[in-house]
Amino acid sequence: MVTSVTSLGRNGLSDWLVQRVSAVLLAIYTLVVLGWLIAQGEVTYEAWSGFMGCLVMQIANTFMIVAVGAHAWVGLWTVTTDYLTNRQIGAAGTVVRLIAQLVIALLTLVYVLWGLVIIWGGA
Amino acid sequence: MMANVNDKRPVNLDLTTIKFPVPALASITHRVAGVALFVAIPILLWLLDRSLASPESFAQTKELLTAPLAKLVVWAILAAVLYHLVAGIKHLIMDWGIGETLEGGRRGAILSFAIAAVLIILAGVWVW
Repeated sequence: MVTSVTSLGRNGLSDWLVQRVSAVLLAIYTLVVLGWLIAQGEVTYEAWSGFMGCLVMQIANTFMIVAVGAHAWVGLWTVTTDYLTNRQIGAAGTVVRLIAQLVIALLTLVYVLWGLVIIWGGA
Repeated sequence: MMANVNDKRPVNLDLTTIKFPVPALASITHRVAGVALFVAIPILLWLLDRSLASPESFAQTKELLTAPLAKLVVWAILAAVLYHLVAGIKHLIMDWGIGETLEGGRRGAILSFAIAAVLIILAGVWVW
């Protein structure tokens, strides 16, 4: 078995499962929030902040931002390991891939931390 | 084990010389939409932050979202979300062992494009 030091779980099956579980959570979340927005029609601040500020949604939002982080990392890891390789782009492939993965990892962490501040900081 | 990985076997992975069948187009579009969504996350987080900060910033954000360019950006993000969602559900169905044949793969890909196109048009109607 070939293991990669940059994959999330250092194990393809674990990454596969993380990708699926986070996908299902994100799908449900997206449908609930879009459904709420469509049902509201004209959204007011009171309704929106009441919806997003209730404990259930604060917990759902926290799950969502963590799922976004995990899902994005596994997905972009897959994309970078497929296209940013020595075979695809030449001898600098490994260096380019590792730099791209570093930037993606840092951005993902920033997204998660920023999201948590938005979700919990305003209350 | 490592010896196998380093074997000099003939490989053609020059993507520019490969003709893409429909399932491959469905797959690469799923990836492009995923990368686009990663780039769009700051926009969504910023909108969430501004919409919740205060009644004033909520009103400003709502005003901003009435601009044609803002509507186009929102629609583009929704399009990426909807395609990625539909193609993702196709993935989960195929994980279950359904539609894994050559013909099933083609049908699933065409169906994903069709369903996503309808949803994206509906999203456009909703945004405008």
